[in-house]
Amino acid sequence: MTVHTSQPAGSKDPASAASSPPALELINISKRFGAVQANKNISLSVPAGTIQGIVGENGAGKSTLMSIIYGFYEADEGQVKVDGKVCTIRSSQDAIRAGIGMVHQHFMLVDNFSVIENVMLGAEGGALLRQGREHVRNELLRLGREYNLEVDPDAIVGELSVGLQQRVEILKALYRGARILILDEPTGVLTPQETDELFRILFSLREQGVTVILITHKLREIIDATTQVAVMRAGEVVAHRLTAQTSKEELAELMVGRKVLLQVNKADAQAGQVLMEVSHLCVNDAQGVRRVKDVSFQLRAGEVVGIAGVSGNGQSELLEAMSGILPVGSGTITLGGASISAESPKDPAQLRELGLAHVPEDRHRMGVVTAFSAKESAILGHHHYPEFNGKVLMNQEAILSSYKEKAETYDIRPRDPHLKSANFSGGNQQKIVLAREMEHDPAVLLIGQPTRGVDIGAIEFIHQRIIAMRDAGKAILLVSVELEEIMSVSDRILVMCDGQITGEVNASEANERTLGLLMANAQQEEVSA
Amino acid sequence: MSQPAGALPGWANKALLPALNIISAFLVTGIVFLMIGESPIEAAKIMLYGAFGYQEGFGYTLYYTTNFIFTGLAVAVAFHAGLFNIGGEGQAYIGGLGAGLACLALDAYLPAWILIPLAVVASALFGAAWAFLPGYLQARRGSHVVITTIMFNFLASSLMVYLLSHVLKDPGQMSSSSREFAEVAWLPFIHNMLAGMGISFDESPLNVSFFLALVCCVLVWLLIWRTRWGYELRTVGSNSTAAVYAGIKPAKVIIWVMCLSGALAGLVGVNEILGVQHRLLLDFSAGYGFVGIAVALMGRNHPVGIVLASLLFGALYQGGAELAFDMPNITRDMVVMIQGLIILFCGALEFMYRPLLVRLLSSKAA
Repeated sequence: MTVHTSQPAGSKDPASAASSPPALELINISKRFGAVQANKNISLSVPAGTIQGIVGENGAGKSTLMSIIYGFYEADEGQVKVDGKVCTIRSSQDAIRAGIGMVHQHFMLVDNFSVIENVMLGAEGGALLRQGREHVRNELLRLGREYNLEVDPDAIVGELSVGLQQRVEILKALYRGARILILDEPTGVLTPQETDELFRILFSLREQGVTVILITHKLREIIDATTQVAVMRAGEVVAHRLTAQTSKEELAELMVGRKVLLQVNKADAQAGQVLMEVSHLCVNDAQGVRRVKDVSFQLRAGEVVGIAGVSGNGQSELLEAMSGILPVGSGTITLGGASISAESPKDPAQLRELGLAHVPEDRHRMGVVTAFSAKESAILGHHHYPEFNGKVLMNQEAILSSYKEKAETYDIRPRDPHLKSANFSGGNQQKIVLAREMEHDPAVLLIGQPTRGVDIGAIEFIHQRIIAMRDAGKAILLVSVELEEIMSVSDRILVMCDGQITGEVNASEANERTLGLLMANAQQEEVSA
Repeated sequence: MSQPAGALPGWANKALLPALNIISAFLVTGIVFLMIGESPIEAAKIMLYGAFGYQEGFGYTLYYTTNFIFTGLAVAVAFHAGLFNIGGEGQAYIGGLGAGLACLALDAYLPAWILIPLAVVASALFGAAWAFLPGYLQARRGSHVVITTIMFNFLASSLMVYLLSHVLKDPGQMSSSSREFAEVAWLPFIHNMLAGMGISFDESPLNVSFFLALVCCVLVWLLIWRTRWGYELRTVGSNSTAAVYAGIKPAKVIIWVMCLSGALAGLVGVNEILGVQHRLLLDFSAGYGFVGIAVALMGRNHPVGIVLASLLFGALYQGGAELAFDMPNITRDMVVMIQGLIILFCGALEFMYRPLLVRLLSSKAA
């Protein structure tokens, strides 16, 4: 028997003095949904005033675990202790009462309310709003001072930047008295600079004794921000580590359960002839707002051109215009000898015939039809091809055998061709899309966010496939908000900000700082070197 | 990530859940019967006997079923493309006009084997035309198809009143109806056909359009799940952004799907006008278009489900009529109430028992 109070396995954290109980303690938490064991015997002890990282692939059970802590689900077995006392959390109200706050991946804010109104939502303190409003204003000012979290209380939330909106979310939790703050994938929408700012806030929260739980799939953030980290795989915590004593490589290996190549191995690009050219392209979105402003570049055979940028800076519209989904506003796109402009538009089917393939940014919105079986999603956009059709009826055997082939080559799991697309994991849905777009031998491949919501093992595979396509002489345009991905896969990097191309960098010379500055379109002279 | 509600096995979802819903509807009906002092058991016996117990009653049941299959399929086809066609009633009405006009114009000149197919096509075309405009307005102008199809029901009704009281009215008649068609335009009754084969079956309005309805079920199934047009219409229905990505033009799909939906509803005219009435008259569509919505809902927009749901509603119509006749306390409105309860439990409260079933089945499995 040990004399000390219980410590998480493998953890000898100096921050948790033996006298004070851990801020949050999970003891043997299990949760099952039907046949799926989402969480299995999870034990975790988070010392007060630390930043606890939780990493794991999609479907590893991170979100389920957090939902149990925050009262969305109830655990089948196990206990949650807050400050050493057993706590029954049946709803988010219980969680808030226990001092737990949550910042969701997708913000839960009302865009056309002011900051004050958003913060007081659900905690109005009476039928009339006036008193509550004053109280919130004073509290916001106090919290802002205490934690360096200043936000204009009267600003309309929809007009704030994403980073500031996130700050409002944190303030909401703190206003409700949170001493334990859970952040679920908080950096997905932030620039590198905004991410640094967030971490600065987290550190100052930690100094004030707030306990932070950071859920992320980005290993770099775990290394940068956390005190200790728990790795989850298949519903279990497979390892506890002190951040200072681990590395990205070790964490990746623990997450996947095998060795993972984080760096993409590739030879130098052999750029050939121009296959697609965009010149002076302007694009308006459906609301008539100009999103792409006078953009020009060329895509060459055997080259990957990466487009970096914070999401929402015109990359999506650029991709959609190049693939025929959005109309060209002005300027021209040249592909396969055809010229596409506002006067002579082409639809996605015509562009496909000219040798274009397009892996859309948002799988669920465009890439697959979630209600369709896998084999049906695997012919989307190619469904009218003669190989899949008889005279009147579609050729079911051809569709099936083509899918089986793709599933084999791209290792789509499970193999079942009749399974609904919605029931595949993100990585496997993405493989369905990639297989579909790559297997019809396109000349030009447009790829948006190829690894968003995709687990590490699949990322490795997808990057290898992209490089293989490049080496086979295809021209590839890669749009991604993951800088690491852009830097490791592309040969040439264009940076977009506010609809314009703010810089071009050779991948071998790029680093996060220069790209980050270009993404914010700041101090261009600094990076001109 | 993981869904809080577990999945139900297919049989529970497709059979057990609807069965529980229908049973609930009948239980509540039984309570209402008790409240007005009638025996629910007795009433159930009368309804069952009325709908299935004797040849004439069964013939009527299948005759109603025919109409519901047409209108149910019409709603389902549109639904798979993400469209809610409320206009089955008007499309059926105008479809009947098409069949009627063809017969009135040509029954003196053409033999049956040309005239009848022509009239069938005319009813489908007229129904399609009546749905084309709402479809066009939805596709090109963004006018919601629910609103426009409802308005087109009223337009159809007014148009028919005008035509039947001013243009097509049989001058020798007091009622607002056209002259009777020549016998070449009549669809064969099933009892006559069976008599021809030496089988005796009591007289009923059931005619060959019942088989046309079944053929339509097969064709609709093939169209939706086995052709590239069906693929496109399902893509538009489940994710129109993905459809655009795939190079499908949602506007085009919306227009032709609405036409197809209208054509199916229009075929009610074949059963009613060519099969039973043999003349054009007011209000022969009698709410079949609206019941079609409930039928499609209950039948999960699948042809097999639609046949079963149509049979249920057909039996309710016929058994209900019998009930109103045999139990003086119970009026036809009571049948409407039963329908309402079925729609309530199968439509609005479709998943009421789902969490319970999930729990029961998963605890059994564990």
